[in-house]
Amino acid sequence: MSNITDIRLKRDAGFIAEVEAASGQKLSTCYQCGNCTAGCPAGFAYDKQVNRIMRGAQLGLKDDVLNSRAIWMCLSCFTCSLRCPNNIDVAAIMETLRHMARKKNMVSVRKVEKFWFSFLNTVRAFGRSWEIGTMALYMLRSLRVFTDIDLAPEALKKQKLPFKPYVVPNGGAGAVGRIFKRYRERADREGVRP
Amino acid sequence: MNYAYYPGCSTQGASTDYEKSTRAVCAALGMNLVELPEWNCCGSTPAHAVDTELSAALCVRNLDIAARQESETLLTPCPSCLSNLKHAAKRMQNPEARARVNELLDNPAASEFPAVTSVMQGMAAHLDAKEIASRTRKSLSALTFAPYYGCLMSRPAEIMKFGDPENPTLMESLLTACSATVLDFPLKTACCGASYGIPERSMTARLSARILQLATDMKVDAIVVACPLCQMNLDLRQPQAEKAADTRFAMPVLYFTQALGLAFGFSPDTLGLEKLRVSADSLLRKLGTGAANAAGSR
Ligand code: SF4
Ligand code: SF4
Repeated sequence: MSNITDIRLKRDAGFIAEVEAASGQKLSTCYQCGNCTAGCPAGFAYDKQVNRIMRGAQLGLKDDVLNSRAIWMCLSCFTCSLRCPNNIDVAAIMETLRHMARKKNMVSVRKVEKFWFSFLNTVRAFGRSWEIGTMALYMLRSLRVFTDIDLAPEALKKQKLPFKPYVVPNGGAGAVGRIFKRYRERADREGVRP
Repeated sequence: MNYAYYPGCSTQGASTDYEKSTRAVCAALGMNLVELPEWNCCGSTPAHAVDTELSAALCVRNLDIAARQESETLLTPCPSCLSNLKHAAKRMQNPEARARVNELLDNPAASEFPAVTSVMQGMAAHLDAKEIASRTRKSLSALTFAPYYGCLMSRPAEIMKFGDPENPTLMESLLTACSATVLDFPLKTACCGASYGIPERSMTARLSARILQLATDMKVDAIVVACPLCQMNLDLRQPQAEKAADTRFAMPVLYFTQALGLAFGFSPDTLGLEKLRVSADSLLRKLGTGAANAAGSR
């Protein structure tokens, strides 16, 4: 956000309305006190602190906000929402921005999204999540050797990782698979990235 | 009394000790847990981070199964499942959102669901502290705990209804009923780094180290938790936190049900204590309940 003309050029009024409608929050009530940032445990990993995200959203700086790393590193811990003197559900806004960025394929931290889909694909297949499957898929998707390899001996010794997934019986897994299928089909119909 | 029960995926894999100790303690309190048939994963963080309606649909399939049970209350031990189930139930009160979620399901969901609450609140509602105290067989007076709730259990307050969102005290009342000393733990609702252990280890290592460091400085015998993910980050990932903080913690991290179970006289084996990465033997010695002389325990 360099200067006033820059902000005017980048301002997207439709974006402000979209964020407000999806999050149910009023962006204009933020007066930049910084409480949200002061309590945010993930701030050390953000490119823009959460109050700056709020300011950007308020000004309609769509690309600045949706391209930020912050929305991907947010832990959804709700500390910001709890401490906002204006009762803004800041965490809901962070989540809304993440959803919007995903749908528009503006994902600045791909590995986080890859992890989520590794997890969700085990749920889609079996109806329940499965740790080893999630890890294997994540390794494949991110092409990185499993970063938790140091934990594996202990986790295996303590039998914390079942080798086989649990498949929800009596058609349960199929029913869950169909939830995912309808979700994808609807996203296609609506022209957004699922 | 019967309670519909949603165990959540963690309790079936990495946290079978939470499941075992929850079932043991509930049985001791006269709570009969009836597991939902064919329950599925609530979608956890990944589902709600990806799409609110996908997350809601995964949860609502379970809530719909629960609606067909006899119970008025659905209990779950996992704060993340609890949060997702509660958010989904709330979402279904909006007719537009309900229609979009129903579109994703095989059949439209029931119009009303049983109330969803945590096992911890279920216990406290089932019996008061006095009655709980009267069922203890072994005083925990030799032990000092740091209660740690994590960020999800109490937040957002209007949905979770778990008391003060920055200072919940329910775990303290259960543990003190068993005569344990429970310290005022300032980081009790701080975030442990949640599910970032795999994609961004520095996040969980750094945030968990803060919690472990404070508990170490306060010289507690253990951190007591209610969340499978917190337990994993603080216990299994403790070496990563130690590396990040360049120190050694060796801090046991127990589920509150394991602590209560010790007070109710269950054996370490019944409570799954062998699953802990940092051994709870130091606690057992203080209690005089070493695995070796577990005779007389249940
Ligand atoms: S705490 Fe609320 S008012 Fe203050 S900067 Fe953050 S969002 Fe704005
Ligand atoms: S919800 Fe996200 S932005 Fe808000 S305090 Fe937690 S990590 Fe920070």
